[in-house]
Amino acid sequence: MKTFRIGGVHPAENKLSAGSPIREAALPKQAIFSMFQHIGAPAKPVVKKGDVVKVGTLLGEAGGFVSAPIYSSVSGKVSKVDVALDASDTRRMAVYVDVEGDEWEESIDRTPDLVRLEDRPDLDAQTIVEKIKQAGIVGMGGATFPCHVKLCPPPGQKAECVIINAVECEPYLTSDHSLMLEKADEILVGVSLIMKAVSVDRAYIGIENNKPDAIKLMQEKAKAYPQIEIVPLKVQYPQGGEKQLIDAVIGRQVPAPPAIPISVGAVVQNVGTAFAIYEAVMKNKPLISRIITVTGKSVKNPSNLLARLGTPFSQLIEECGGLPADTGKIIGGGPMMGKALISLDIPMTKGSSGLLIMNEKEARRTAPEPCIRCAKCVSACPMGLEPYLLAKISSQYMWEEAEKEDIVSCIECGSCAFTCPSHRPLLDNIRLGKSTVMGIIRERAAKK
Amino acid sequence: MSNRLIVSLSPHVHSGDSIQKNMYGVCLALVPALVASLYFFGLGAAVVLLTSIVSCVFFEWAIAKFILRRERTTIMDGSAILTGILLGFNMPSNLPVWIIIIGALVAIGVGKMTFGGLGQNPFNPALVGRVFLLISFPAQMTTWPVSGSVEYLDAQTGATPLALMKWAIQSGDVSVLKDLPSSVDMLVGVHGGSLGEVSAILLLIGCLFMIVRKIITWHIPVSILGTVALLSGILHMANPVYADPISVLCSGGLMLGACFMATDYVTSPMVPKGQIIYGVAIGALTVVIRNWGAYPEGMSFAILIMNAFTPLINTYCKPRRFGEVIRKEAKK
Amino acid sequence: MNVILIAVIVLGVVGLVSAVVLFLASKKFAVWEDPRIQQVSEVLPQANCGGCGYPGCSGFASACVKAAESGSLSDLNCAPGGQAVMEQVAGILGLKASAAAPKVAVVRCQGTCDVRPHGVEFDGVHSCKIQNMTGMGETQCLYGCLGEGDCAAACLFGAIKVNPATRIAEVDESKCTGCGSCAKSCPRGIIELIPQGPKNRKVVVLCNNKDKGALATKECKVSCIGCGKCVKVCDKFEAITLGTNLAHIDPDKCKMCRKCEEACPRGAIKAFNFPPRKPKTETAPVASAAAPKAEAPVAKAPVASKPEAPVVKEAPAPVAPVVEKKVETPKDNETAV
Repeated sequence: MKTFRIGGVHPAENKLSAGSPIREAALPKQAIFSMFQHIGAPAKPVVKKGDVVKVGTLLGEAGGFVSAPIYSSVSGKVSKVDVALDASDTRRMAVYVDVEGDEWEESIDRTPDLVRLEDRPDLDAQTIVEKIKQAGIVGMGGATFPCHVKLCPPPGQKAECVIINAVECEPYLTSDHSLMLEKADEILVGVSLIMKAVSVDRAYIGIENNKPDAIKLMQEKAKAYPQIEIVPLKVQYPQGGEKQLIDAVIGRQVPAPPAIPISVGAVVQNVGTAFAIYEAVMKNKPLISRIITVTGKSVKNPSNLLARLGTPFSQLIEECGGLPADTGKIIGGGPMMGKALISLDIPMTKGSSGLLIMNEKEARRTAPEPCIRCAKCVSACPMGLEPYLLAKISSQYMWEEAEKEDIVSCIECGSCAFTCPSHRPLLDNIRLGKSTVMGIIRERAAKK
Repeated sequence: MSNRLIVSLSPHVHSGDSIQKNMYGVCLALVPALVASLYFFGLGAAVVLLTSIVSCVFFEWAIAKFILRRERTTIMDGSAILTGILLGFNMPSNLPVWIIIIGALVAIGVGKMTFGGLGQNPFNPALVGRVFLLISFPAQMTTWPVSGSVEYLDAQTGATPLALMKWAIQSGDVSVLKDLPSSVDMLVGVHGGSLGEVSAILLLIGCLFMIVRKIITWHIPVSILGTVALLSGILHMANPVYADPISVLCSGGLMLGACFMATDYVTSPMVPKGQIIYGVAIGALTVVIRNWGAYPEGMSFAILIMNAFTPLINTYCKPRRFGEVIRKEAKK
Repeated sequence: MNVILIAVIVLGVVGLVSAVVLFLASKKFAVWEDPRIQQVSEVLPQANCGGCGYPGCSGFASACVKAAESGSLSDLNCAPGGQAVMEQVAGILGLKASAAAPKVAVVRCQGTCDVRPHGVEFDGVHSCKIQNMTGMGETQCLYGCLGEGDCAAACLFGAIKVNPATRIAEVDESKCTGCGSCAKSCPRGIIELIPQGPKNRKVVVLCNNKDKGALATKECKVSCIGCGKCVKVCDKFEAITLGTNLAHIDPDKCKMCRKCEEACPRGAIKAFNFPPRKPKTETAPVASAAAPKAEAPVAKAPVASKPEAPVVKEAPAPVAPVVEKKVETPKDNETAV
């Protein structure tokens, strides 16, 4: 069974909501659309207070090439354009829409019929990329990198294959799993669209073997697509990391930054992205909803919800049996890389793959003890770094040394802090070092 | 929700591993050898081990509390107990209690707490204690009771395999080696020596247990044992005055050192490549000291010497970075 | 005799060879250094605080010598040493020191626990920079003091400390040299270096909140809401400007009239080291007319406590009995929180 070659850990999977069917969440009373739902330039609001919007109406246009437009997922009236607390735990520009009814833009095809690639011979690579760009699709795995940017390789570099990330290596999360079980056909069409967009004839879908039902179903369905191969992978975190996935599936390692996956000929997209691409291109539906796993050991009814973007997290929890009394921490995303949220009023965004409720006992960190130099972090690091050293030099603000030790290669997967027997906050310090060193590098580049 | 929400940076889960689990795991791995030493040396073993453990834990507690004035002492993390067991394993079963207590004081006080306690010491504390005793009380430390002599102070003493090997080399008389116990006896531990030096096979079982439980990796023990086997094999073939590899591997503190002392987290290198360099160097030094040095046993010195080189090895041995192969190819 | 002779000869030869080697090495590897660098170094405080922007005092010394070639030391200033040291340096280099006003650090945040509740709990490394990476931090204010003490760790003079009761950093002006290490260490840029002022007096807006008024009010009881009242009362001197919803007093223009302090409805402006106001001169009609409700929050804030002597340090715990009453309120609140 394939997997990536360096490091890795195996956290308890806790996939509580596995196998539970996708449920559609109720419409919120008020939806809040952050203009910062992706990496890159923020979207610019194009509506003002009092404007009437429908499902699929443009709210914010892309603020640059590395950016994505934002569409309304509800119909109603814009109540204000103001700052709002978002999933980054800061207040940033957002559009508030008071929901009235559920009216959709007419251009959106709402029929459930499957449209195959053969049915649309008019689509060429450029049209597909343009449609993806217009639909505001970003990486749905959580990184939220604008999708069309990845589909436009820089000059001189050629994609050789498409790799679809259906690994879902984060514990607890099952949104991709449930999506594959219910929308396998659509996903495969989406994958074919991506292949066409970057004009390659090979695609791999990497699935960890803790989802045997999904592997079986996808293999069954993929028989009709000889160019798409389903690759079962050994369960290992962080296999869903772009670089780790490429290593696991095609055995090539992306060199240190500034190299990107395309440097080794791979285009990686999340399985949720593939589905969103299908909807955008074939159904003309911009990115207005996504599957989110609402889970946690104390949550009464862990489920996979199909929710409209902008729905406050508090409502999603209500749908799953309410906030447990012993809640200690609320995490947007998975437990390894997710972000702890400071409020439940935060609305879900394009990157919200999960909402994890932890009770207070789970939530609290154990007090750190001295480093015993056991080297478990070194063997766990999937990037071949020395986390104990990086954390130490970062906490002493030794930025030059940190740069020499390749701190910028860190992918912040958290394997080091997860495995540390002394419970040392390795990643906290490494993150500080990484962001500072990256700032220094940017400054240096700007001077030149 | 009665309390305030907790906010922290990811990751939000932990493997559940802890210092205690690792330390007590090593202690558990030492239990078979411990039982064997009680069986072979009886009361003496019990007295030596108990004194050593209790005084190590006591000194750790006392130094942390009264000299370093720490609020929280670390005696419960198991590292002092482990040092105690290892120190006891390095002593003959007829050692007077007061010498053991001095050894524990040096091991914990000088070897560990002077540097700031757990995780800070450059040398393995148990070995610091042992070498201090070996140099200060050479007579007491090198008169070993024969196996099966279960009395404490007035146990029957005899020559150990190591002493025989040394004598063979010094006299150039191969016939001396005939007095060595058989390979089976050596493996099981029916020969004289320090408490933990007797049963090679039980120590190996403990080592395997630690590797399976992922407390340690295979690199250090395998590289040490492999190097010693290879070098002593070559020497034995060149000149039969030098003992055969199996006797060399099973005698003295080699097994204990390779499996439990050299693998000490704090004082061994971090990266597999470095661990192998460290292991090979320890193996080579051991063979050199055993065959041509003044002392019959070279393991503790070899480990201490390499402990001193550990920071250097850590500086120069870096793990293979992700994508490094390709980076090198691209340069070409 | 023979033995002694051999020993002497051997040692002598070894010594001679070593001497030759040392001599050759010193010639071969000699690096010429301007002797003035050493001289300048000697008069510097040797705190190696880095406040000058150079790596330590020797770095600063070589920068001074280099600058001397261009004929001016105006860009360089040793904050801990102050004017006296700079004059000495200038003397060595045969130049004139430019007059630089001694500066002192102020923490522009008064968001103590009782006026700015800690809504969530941060569980991680005690470092402001790391807490700041979580986004908002423990309070609702994105601009306020995080209270983990990066500034205290950066200060080499023990002049800034986080008060455990208020969880706000406080500057001890008598120790502060104005080197600026703390300002650099603060991830939120709360600490500002301002001139010490005549008799150490100065008036400062103690807030860094750039949110709009309504939001700022919600976030903290003593936040600057950008209402502009202070700008209006200062129309004569034009010392106060309004940035992004945040007032700022230009210390060079400020005439220390303290009108803005009275005018601020939020108690966000504070005058340092002024003698206590006499009850007679207290502009009661102005205060009550401008904002009758404003007095309550001002009184509640512990920083409203006025030092009794003209030149007092910014004492965290005032001792005057009159003041105690005022401080009591927040203390009670705290235990209730």
